[in-house]
Amino acid sequence: MILEFIVAALKAAIPAGTPLLFGTLGEIYAERSGVLNLGVEGMMIMGAVTGFGVTLATGNVWLGITFAAMAGGLLGLVHAFLSITLRANQVVSGLALTMFGLGMSGMLGKRYIGTPPPCRLRVAPIPLLRDIPFLGPILFQHDPLVYLSVLLVPLLWFVLFKTRAGISIRSVGEAPATADALGVNVFLVRYLCVFLGGVLAGLGGAYLSLVYVPAWIEGMTAGAGWIVIALTIFAMWSPGRALIGAYLFGAVKVLQYRLQPLGVSPNLLNMLPFIFTIIVLLAGTGEVIRKRIGAPSALSIPYAREEK
Amino acid sequence: MRVRMEKRLIPSRWMTLSAPILSLALALLVIAFVFLGYGVSPLLAYKRIFVGAFGSLYGLSETIVKATPLMICGVGLAIAFKALVWNIGAEGQLLMGAVAATWVALYAIPDAPAVVLLPCMFVAGFLGGAFWGVIPGILKAKLRANEVITSLMMVYIASELVNYLVYGPWKGAEEWGFPYSSKFPSSAQLPRLLGTRIHYPTLILALLLAMLVYVLMMRTKLGYEIRVTGENPEAARYAGMSYFKTVVLVMLISGGLAGLAGVGEVAGIHHRLRYPQGISPGYGFTAIIVAWLGRLNPLAVILTSLLFGGLLVGGDAIQVALGLPVATINIFNGVILFFVLGGELLTRYKITFEWRREE
Amino acid sequence: MPERGERGEVVVSMRGIVKRFPGVVANDQVDFEVRAGEIHALLGENGAGKTTLMNILYGLYSPDEGEIYIRDKRVTISSPRDAIELGIGMVHQHFMLVYPHTVAENIVLGLSSADFFFPLREVRGKITEFSERYGLKVDPEAKIWQLSAGEQQRVEIIKALYRGADVLILDEPTSMLAPGEIEELFTTLRRMAEEGRAIVFITHKLDEVMAISDCVTVLRRGKAVATVEKSRTNKQHLTRMMVGREVLFRLRRKPVEEGQIVLEVKGLHALNDKGLPALKDLSFIVREGEILGVAGVAGNGQRELVEVITGLRQATEGQVVLLGENITNCSPGEIIGRGVAHIPEERIRMGLVPGMSVAENLILKAYRRSPCSQRLFLNHTFIDQHAERLISEYEIATPSKDAPAKLLSGGNIQKLILARETSEEPVLIVAAHPTYGLDVGATERIRQLLLEQSKRGAAILLVSEDLEEIMTISDRIAVMFEGRVVGIVDTAGAEVEEIGSMMVGAGKEQERGRS
Repeated sequence: MILEFIVAALKAAIPAGTPLLFGTLGEIYAERSGVLNLGVEGMMIMGAVTGFGVTLATGNVWLGITFAAMAGGLLGLVHAFLSITLRANQVVSGLALTMFGLGMSGMLGKRYIGTPPPCRLRVAPIPLLRDIPFLGPILFQHDPLVYLSVLLVPLLWFVLFKTRAGISIRSVGEAPATADALGVNVFLVRYLCVFLGGVLAGLGGAYLSLVYVPAWIEGMTAGAGWIVIALTIFAMWSPGRALIGAYLFGAVKVLQYRLQPLGVSPNLLNMLPFIFTIIVLLAGTGEVIRKRIGAPSALSIPYAREEK
Repeated sequence: MRVRMEKRLIPSRWMTLSAPILSLALALLVIAFVFLGYGVSPLLAYKRIFVGAFGSLYGLSETIVKATPLMICGVGLAIAFKALVWNIGAEGQLLMGAVAATWVALYAIPDAPAVVLLPCMFVAGFLGGAFWGVIPGILKAKLRANEVITSLMMVYIASELVNYLVYGPWKGAEEWGFPYSSKFPSSAQLPRLLGTRIHYPTLILALLLAMLVYVLMMRTKLGYEIRVTGENPEAARYAGMSYFKTVVLVMLISGGLAGLAGVGEVAGIHHRLRYPQGISPGYGFTAIIVAWLGRLNPLAVILTSLLFGGLLVGGDAIQVALGLPVATINIFNGVILFFVLGGELLTRYKITFEWRREE
Repeated sequence: MPERGERGEVVVSMRGIVKRFPGVVANDQVDFEVRAGEIHALLGENGAGKTTLMNILYGLYSPDEGEIYIRDKRVTISSPRDAIELGIGMVHQHFMLVYPHTVAENIVLGLSSADFFFPLREVRGKITEFSERYGLKVDPEAKIWQLSAGEQQRVEIIKALYRGADVLILDEPTSMLAPGEIEELFTTLRRMAEEGRAIVFITHKLDEVMAISDCVTVLRRGKAVATVEKSRTNKQHLTRMMVGREVLFRLRRKPVEEGQIVLEVKGLHALNDKGLPALKDLSFIVREGEILGVAGVAGNGQRELVEVITGLRQATEGQVVLLGENITNCSPGEIIGRGVAHIPEERIRMGLVPGMSVAENLILKAYRRSPCSQRLFLNHTFIDQHAERLISEYEIATPSKDAPAKLLSGGNIQKLILARETSEEPVLIVAAHPTYGLDVGATERIRQLLLEQSKRGAAILLVSEDLEEIMTISDRIAVMFEGRVVGIVDTAGAEVEEIGSMMVGAGKEQERGRS
């Protein structure tokens, strides 16, 4: 009985954490290249509304997911243009992105409110692995997007740390002038990373509206994009720790629903993830300081090739 | 052709004045396309917005009603941003101000006369907002926790707290099913300008605060410390200024001001605590743009807050008339902020177009 | 990759190079030629335009006029990437390295010939190969920030060699090195020249020119004065060309009277930014009216010492005593209040608020006290008068007192800082590299100011890497090595060789004050 409860809770934590995982992986790449994008919330919710709308129009979930990714990426490019090309303040630009995303999604999504999704991603248990006791049901009985997000973790880690491209990305975030002098196209690298960040945030949004909820609700990201920013610090800019952090939040969310029937005020329970975000941020920041692994040195500093 | 960006050593004075106006115009142009895409005539929409906000005495009065909290929050944020402290949590600080004022009006000293009760509500509101602002301040100054995230998380927490109160312990007995607190006693209600919702004591307070903060920033030691810290924190440390003190004070003041705005809303408009969106349609967030567009100059914030107050009123008008969602106003906020940011480029850089043949 | 040339062939030829910066002509019609197989010294004082000229060759600056030929072919070098492709490598004075990354990662960065996947594998082997061939010992797996300055420089050289540089430019390569490391570097350079590479060696030190170069080009105030073969010149001749007059500074004065002890440092310990011990049981005293020079190779604890005395860094053990009162780990504000002035090493990053006006920068230290402020308020009338007075007294060239400080030139920024720090008549002045990077005129003026302050009775702690500066104006010299004072000597009677050997740790017993 207790075991079943635990299995069910852990199994539920993974989908709950998946949008956060997508978003955090993307933000890790953007920040590794030196661009702070506080617009994750905006990109996510645009992904959510686009994914829902396109799926509704075409009846094809995968098309919806693709468009959601593109919508996120496109918004990412807006931030890239402002912060990289125009060298605008990245904090304010990210805020603008969030406001715009919330507004635009509200406008686009008004007609979808209350509409059930036409079709949804099915759970696709992985043969053989799903039968492993305990672990099988927790890890291997999910939908394809969950598997995709998990596969992205080693993949993005590999690219970042074991390829030439990864060295360029990290160097651009640490010492853009040095990378530039050695022929790395700082602007291109940053654009690509911010775009990727947007794409992944868009996927995270699509996961919310097409799989996790699934429906369109105005403002449905409800701060997930901001949790992503905190998770990026907690993850110390490394994909592996992003996975742990995201599922931790998934677990908190599950806890929130499980406690509700016990008579705790839902409003107080709703505070949980946000309080937990602050705690996670403090833990991450503390560890970063202790281990002297700073944020990418050039984070949020626009690069300009300037003479004297 | 090549575009060259040269850094200006001194921001161009002419551009400093004209860039925000130009940015605003371009932003409105882009939003026009959003309306077009939505099947609404942009000309009609803009006309409705303008007429709604400024075209009648009622509209004008409502514009001032909405400009008041924007002004108070915007002035506070200008201080924080000047010190490079990104207080994104004015919305939560505003709510906490409202909560504190409500507590004073309904639970602490409900029977006190207006001359005692109202000032006490403002003081409590300031303290409530300041408390909510100081937490991220201390976390930033002591533990280097990113204040953007912490101050924003505090918004969500404050919002849930207000929900908890109005659905739970503070739910008014005679409010039927609504998530409202009981109505304030009349001694806790601010007087209004005849026939309008302008609670003029708050408006006067807002104007005074703008001037006071201007003096604070330009004429006092604390203002000097804030400006030095924002321009070069290393130099501030070198000069013996306490980073902790500056950050915490800045968060205290800007949080406290946002709290005052919250008091104005509950004591001047609603006369009760309501669910969070009922108290503030995002004044604390819009104030970020108000402060930024005013170039963090408290006196300029008076103007920009009136502008955005008008936009909020006009936004309400087109929502009803053209069937647009509430969130439309966020599009305005986002796009205007984009262009204001882009426009700043014109003041910081000289952009020249070079026509050059390949050698 | 271009073929390496025959010895003696002209590899680089820069003709009529002009480069203007706002207010200065950094290079004025400079001609410069380098041949394969030679070590070519580019000699000149700070601000003579040496680095600018080489930055142009390396594609970091584009010249306003002039032509560049590489092996007789006219080229346009618009980025370092172009320069690298033409076989030009440059080791900057401030290394262009990614500090949190490993040596191997730094070398692979931007290297299109490396494998896309696991690019470090083959690089590691090659690094070892280069290391052995040129005596450039370095661990490919070490993180850059863990390395000494000398090792970091080796990484830079390997980086250039890896990219096939056959023209290697080194900007003031010895400034961060200990004498022993300098010898190693010279051996490496000679070996590379023997292989037919051309080496350009930027320096302002005559001894180095005589020790290593085959050929010297002298720059003065942006103009190329002459190019001579080393065998046909001598130090006096070069000095004349470099400075344009016979003598340098003769500022040394009579020994001071034994005054009151102003600063006493006792058994001081402190950690550096990485959390490693930077100061280890450090002790010395400075008296009223005395200038104590602190000599040493960069990175031996000088920075930490300055920061501990001024309150910017915590001491872990030991005491800092000012006029008999213990000020250890007091806040910077309190220490300022007790009359300690600080001329910081990084003058723009720390000593200046670039966006604020000259007048506001001048009150950075005094704003707390009357007459700059009364209670909560600043006194703008006084602040304006104060600014006008200091601007004329210290000859700060500025458009106005209200102009942003960032508009000032390096020398005037330093004058501004000195005006601010010395006008309050401090009891102790901690001056870190006060003339670094300044031109001759400004250097002279600033040394003069420090001497005037010591005459007034201020105790001065002068930290500098410029041994000549220390020998010129200080009364006693403390030599630091690995966080310790290895010796304190009177300047009168001190030998450069003796101090040089102490700088690398061959010190005598530490002297514990004189009283």
